Amino acid sequence: MSVPTIATSRAAADGIPGSAHSEVALKARASRRSGSFRPKALIPIVYILFLLLPIYWLVNMSFKTNVEITNAFTLWPANPTLRNYAVIFTDPSWYNGYINSIIYVVLNMVISVAVALPAAYAFSRYRFLGDKHLFFWLLTNRMAPPAVFALPFFQLYSAFGLIDTHIAVALAHCLFNVPLAVWILEGFMSGVPKEIDETAYIDGYSFPRFFFKIFMPLIASGVGVAAFFCFMFSWVELLIARTLTVTDAKPISAIMTRTVSASGMDWGVLAAAGVLTIIPGAIVIWFVRNYIAKGFALGRV
Amino acid sequence: MEKTWNNKAWFFVLPVLLLVAFSAVIPLMTVVNYSVQDTFGNNEFFWAGTDWFTELLGSARFHDALIRNLVFSAIILAIEVPLGILVALAMPKKGIWVSVCLVLMALPLLIPWNVVGTIWQVFGRTDIGLLGYSMRALGIDYNYVQDPIDAWVTVIVMDVWHWTSLVVLLCYAGLVSIPDAYYQAAKIDGASRWAVFRYIQLPKMGRVLLIAVLLRFMDSFMIYTEPFVVTGGGPGNSTTFLSIDLVKMAVGQFDLGPAAAMSLVYFLIILLLSWVFYTVMENAGRDRAVKETAE
Amino acid sequence: MDFSWMAWTWPTAAFFLAIFALIALMGVWEYASPGGSPRVGVLRFETTRGDRLFVSLLGSAFICLAWLGLTEMALWWALGVCLVYAGLVFRFV
Repeated sequence: MSVPTIATSRAAADGIPGSAHSEVALKARASRRSGSFRPKALIPIVYILFLLLPIYWLVNMSFKTNVEITNAFTLWPANPTLRNYAVIFTDPSWYNGYINSIIYVVLNMVISVAVALPAAYAFSRYRFLGDKHLFFWLLTNRMAPPAVFALPFFQLYSAFGLIDTHIAVALAHCLFNVPLAVWILEGFMSGVPKEIDETAYIDGYSFPRFFFKIFMPLIASGVGVAAFFCFMFSWVELLIARTLTVTDAKPISAIMTRTVSASGMDWGVLAAAGVLTIIPGAIVIWFVRNYIAKGFALGRV
Repeated sequence: MEKTWNNKAWFFVLPVLLLVAFSAVIPLMTVVNYSVQDTFGNNEFFWAGTDWFTELLGSARFHDALIRNLVFSAIILAIEVPLGILVALAMPKKGIWVSVCLVLMALPLLIPWNVVGTIWQVFGRTDIGLLGYSMRALGIDYNYVQDPIDAWVTVIVMDVWHWTSLVVLLCYAGLVSIPDAYYQAAKIDGASRWAVFRYIQLPKMGRVLLIAVLLRFMDSFMIYTEPFVVTGGGPGNSTTFLSIDLVKMAVGQFDLGPAAAMSLVYFLIILLLSWVFYTVMENAGRDRAVKETAE
Repeated sequence: MDFSWMAWTWPTAAFFLAIFALIALMGVWEYASPGGSPRVGVLRFETTRGDRLFVSLLGSAFICLAWLGLTEMALWWALGVCLVYAGLVFRFV
């Protein structure tokens, strides 16, 4: 930082309100006035097109008939049909997959956030014997390859008679979601000044009353973001969910793989099922768009 | 924030500890037990000592999968990190377009991993997929089912598609934390575009970039679902990464002993990487804190 | 509850008991002299006793793997190497 240091401190010392005068803002204003198109904007546009093209193709396919998919190459559906979606919504073996996925995802979300709240509070407010090593141990579970755990998980949950139940998948997903929730919540809680805790105790609040009446509202957005990330990682995971379920709790993603291997030809239904798995994430993401980087950085941005 | 020393905080951590221990410690112990024994089913186990480890460490199959994994991770990092920085730098800073960009870019991150695989499996097919069909039309001989190179290209492009947004989001979060006064000062000094990047933007992005690199390295090292759906590890074994090989061995062939030994070696590698990750991240954070207090 | 699927053997049980004993010992040591005696060693960043134990254990695991992969000799020799390595870690890291 050798070049701009002096000027930086000078500008900061003068207290010039940056945003109004900065180069970026000036440029932005200039381009808005003249209506000219900045070539720099091409990069995100091309990138987003690259992201959306495969998704568009899936959506496109989901509205086509199988005959059209295999026999004619069309960039958009010539005869748009809702048959593929109708198949999914009328066949219990398909729509039960969605219900199963949602049940275990929600169970996992509730369990993860509930146990992570007190732990995150402890990590953000206190030092205790072995705290750093405990934190690291949690991290290793987040980083462990699910493939390593697939086999012993099957044995473990068989021993408890939990195979093919929603709670089994929910508990198994806690392995990586609880650490994640602890981190995100710890990040948000560290942003709340400790004086608030102390004032509340002086005012005679008991710990549970303080926690639920004062503290929880302050970190409400953190709880929301943590819940979102638990939802997301539980929703996208397949290997463990597939290992622990047979029929009654089989997630939608596992039902999809079965269709690929067995019949392999019903492309339209496969595409429709895929589109339906994208929708929940696409809806929720709007609400957490500003926190998503924080979540991926394990609450450390 | 100054933290108070209080060992009673352990009670708050206890539920997490019990829950994660149930899901992590018992399975890990089981894997260790399996790794020194042989079984033919029926819960009958025979002592095998360290044979599985010796066999594994000398097996070409394991070496190949490990090398494939390392090469894959290296390629992924070499593409995704520069591309992510580039896109983050070019993103708008204010207004409604920021939200639109963020939401659209985050979309691939929220798609179930096997659906990502399915999307690309379909997209790359030469008969019904846009990519494969276009390649054919352009006269390029592309077939990811039969040609190992094409399979690799498909898996890599898929991963770039799936995860580059993570790098973009993290870098963008670092960029918006730079006060405008910095840019203004750089302008007064007459700094070039490159100098602005090198001395203002890159240092501010350093920490998030580090997180992005480490996360991308680990996740690409553990990749399973997406390539499994697209190529199934083929053609031949050309896209059989460690995870795919492991699941093949454990679930497909029911070779519990060798699979457990492989799990442990794999886990030790990941443990080493996690430790490096954690130490680097903690120390980077501490250095920054020290620097900021000094300023 | 049937736990026979865990397939315990005496050597692995002893291995885990040793690990848990080491962790317990660390707790006792910390209780006897709190603070973990942090210092900056050859790795150029601050480590405490717990960190040093972790580095010793992880390093030992890789030493044993290398021993199995590269030599024909019994693993007991590797154990000796691990102990020497752990001693060095506690002295210099």
